[in-house]
Amino acid sequence: MADMRVKQPKGVKLNHISKIYKDPKTGKDFYAVHDVNIDIEPGTFVTLLGPSGCGKTTTLRMIAGFESPDEGEIYLGGEPINALTPNKRDTAMVFQSYALFPHYNVFDNVAYGLRLRKVPKDEIQRRVTEILALVELSGMEARMTNQLSGGQQQRVALARALVVEPGVLLFDEPLSNLDAKLRVQMRTEIRRIQQKLGITAIYVTHDQSEAMSISDNIILMKGGVIAQMGSPTEIYYRPNSEFVADFIGECNFLKGTVKTTAANETVIDVNGHPVSVATDGAGKASPGAEAKIVLRPEAIVIADKGMLPCKVELSCFMGAYQNYHVRVGDTLVKITDNCPINKKIFNVGDDAFISFDKQCAHLL
Amino acid sequence: MARGQSAALDRKKLMADPIMMTTIVLLITFLTLFILYPLAILLVDSLYGETGLSLETFQRIFQMHTFRRAITNTLKVGFVVGILSTLVGLLFAYVEVYVRMRKAVGGLFKVVSMLPVVSPPFVLSLSMIMLFGKAGLITRFLLGIYDNNIYGYWGIVIVQTLTFFPVCYMMLKGLLKNIDPSMEEAARDMGASRWTVFTTVTLPLLLPGLGNAFLVTFIESIADFANPMIIGGSYDTLATTIYLQITGAMDKQGAAAMAVVLLCITLAMFAVQKYYLERKTVSTLSGKASRVRMLIEDKSVTIPLTLLCSLAAVFVIMMYICVPIGALFPTWGYKFTPLTFKWFQQVFTRYRGLQAFRDSFVLSLIASPITALLSMIISYLVVKRQFRGKGFIEAVSILAMAVPGTVLGVGYIRGFANGLFHTGILSGIYGTGLILVIVFVVRSLPTGTRSGISALRQIDKSIEESAYDMGADSLKVFTSVTLPLIKDSFLSGLVTAFVRSITAISAIILLVTPSYLLITVQINEFAEKGAYSIACAFATILILITYGSVVLMNWVIKHFGTSKQMKEAE
Repeated sequence: MADMRVKQPKGVKLNHISKIYKDPKTGKDFYAVHDVNIDIEPGTFVTLLGPSGCGKTTTLRMIAGFESPDEGEIYLGGEPINALTPNKRDTAMVFQSYALFPHYNVFDNVAYGLRLRKVPKDEIQRRVTEILALVELSGMEARMTNQLSGGQQQRVALARALVVEPGVLLFDEPLSNLDAKLRVQMRTEIRRIQQKLGITAIYVTHDQSEAMSISDNIILMKGGVIAQMGSPTEIYYRPNSEFVADFIGECNFLKGTVKTTAANETVIDVNGHPVSVATDGAGKASPGAEAKIVLRPEAIVIADKGMLPCKVELSCFMGAYQNYHVRVGDTLVKITDNCPINKKIFNVGDDAFISFDKQCAHLL
Repeated sequence: MARGQSAALDRKKLMADPIMMTTIVLLITFLTLFILYPLAILLVDSLYGETGLSLETFQRIFQMHTFRRAITNTLKVGFVVGILSTLVGLLFAYVEVYVRMRKAVGGLFKVVSMLPVVSPPFVLSLSMIMLFGKAGLITRFLLGIYDNNIYGYWGIVIVQTLTFFPVCYMMLKGLLKNIDPSMEEAARDMGASRWTVFTTVTLPLLLPGLGNAFLVTFIESIADFANPMIIGGSYDTLATTIYLQITGAMDKQGAAAMAVVLLCITLAMFAVQKYYLERKTVSTLSGKASRVRMLIEDKSVTIPLTLLCSLAAVFVIMMYICVPIGALFPTWGYKFTPLTFKWFQQVFTRYRGLQAFRDSFVLSLIASPITALLSMIISYLVVKRQFRGKGFIEAVSILAMAVPGTVLGVGYIRGFANGLFHTGILSGIYGTGLILVIVFVVRSLPTGTRSGISALRQIDKSIEESAYDMGADSLKVFTSVTLPLIKDSFLSGLVTAFVRSITAISAIILLVTPSYLLITVQINEFAEKGAYSIACAFATILILITYGSVVLMNWVIKHFGTSKQMKEAE
């Protein structure tokens, strides 16, 4: 199946895109999406991530053509597409509810787009067979869609979108109707197929772990604007705001005041204890300013000695890790201590110390 | 903040879709021309006389004693029929949903709910006269009463109640099924008797629904033309008064003003029903019952209730059966044996029955696919698409539901007899079969659209979006996805439109010309003349046709419908 690589994955560009809706309660206009600028390279997998109502689905639907932007222009493969109807756009969408045609069998569902494009019969046969093999549904061609499990329906929806070889593949929370285990399996599958075909994909989800595991780039949205854009590691370890840090995984925030700044290190005073945090190049904060240290629970070590004294308030064995809530000054800090079996377990009420690598901490 | 760009883009996208654009323009033209315009012209005509703009015509009709009495009569009948139908409907619905009953009783219920659908509107008036009239089978021959006068107020009330209560029964049944049994069980558990549960839980929950059923029947009653015509005697309602004003007094302007009055009453009722009660009903009873209801098995409850309903049902069925039997007696009321087919023969030999059936059949057959397709297209546009003018299309096609046939008939006479705005344009269609077909379409469109809309709401919007996204244009989406998915609804819309058209009378009777013979008009004529046997013979054949088409539809749906296709898969 070496020839299955999509002929021409296309880039997508959103230039100052805004969408205004009317609030049904107050009757006032508001920005559902506000001045969004995105440049997606051909062949990359980009996720629009955010809480519900952040504008991610609206953005996706504007790219598909179901909604029209109020400001700005959308480009697909360099061409402006604002005025094109959905059926004239080189996009294919995988819907949250799968949106399979219940009156067609699996084969006819997948062949639908090809038939519209007047592809010759034998080529339809070949391409549908190939794509069904790719999503591991060979032999299911004659089944009606309501005879399939949720995961299988999902694969049909994916195959139906893939088979037309769209310039960009759009996903609207495609896994939210599946159970947790299947969800993990399917997202790996989607990523595998996307990389194999080299297709451009834009994926909407509110599940941060899904976004991290699947994407080349994450665009985190909040209230219609982009909060942060970057690779999963960047967003995880270098969040630019408390919202981003909190939305992506569990997070602790330690407050303090800046003591000294150096080229690549800033020292923060937390409750009278000096704590150093790595800063890349420009340590913007000046001494005396308030600062917030972002710390992931798994980056913290709890021990008898360390950087900051704390008191244990919760200690709970979770199997893969020991879960602690400790009090540092008046801040609650969550710690996950992996592989606890060989380590000292602290109990509720114990005094202890926490410490962390300065590379694992991030300054806000 | 300016939303200009998205509006402009949406417009551009619409323009890039010529099929959709044309459809919308055609629809708006059709609705404006054949629903809005005839109603508007009524108002214009009644306000704009020879002396210019004035209320003269209204003053004149309100000074007419007959007209004032017609208003009180109509409202009185409507009110009583509304209450009675709702109560009988509630009884039937309650028994069906709450009481364990024998299968045979359930069968009776089904027949009762179906009969008014397949029968022409005045069948019950006919059988009422034949059973309880001066020469009535029951009054004269069973009870020996020789001077029973069934014509008038009570005749109309009984006949309309029997005709309309099945509608209430079906509406209330649906609502009762939505009441979560746990609520009533909770009340029982706290010590309430069954009657207390009914009055403190079930009834209050159902109240808006009851109001809704009442108003729907009220509107049906005051719009009804055929029953008051046949059994009303000298008791005139608005619909019959308007008819007589045109055919008898030849006062078209007065009739137009009267039609405006009737329209205002129904529209006001309809507005309350649609925008207040229906919403309230939905908001109180929209949940699905979480589990199956424990049916009442207590014999002291089940036996009297079942008995009461069965008797009522049997009575209604008997009324309907009376019609074909009446057509078999040599002379109704005098000579009962031997049974004869002479009336049926006369239908065809003496009374040009063949032409009547052919005309009715052909016109209805032309109208029904148009209606079905049109209502599905309207439903599709209303439920699935966003565009300007959508509100207009939805409002007008639903509004048509509140327009009494008589009003529409007068509107068409005023609107098209001398052409558009009396200019002569389009006057060619007046008196032709085309205008009859259009009336059939307009009269059935609201029901079709309503059922189409509810069928389409069941279908996930993204299924159509997905086809659209895949490259299908609007026409392709509609034909390859929407229509196959609502095939059942489309088929039943087709048959409903056919049945409604072939049994229609109120608007048609004002518009039909001697070149077309329509069955219902014939039946009405014979019934008025007192030729009941021949009217029964006509009605029997008509019922057979309508019943046959409903059976055919159910068979087609069962064997070729969407549900069949999907069931097979399981």
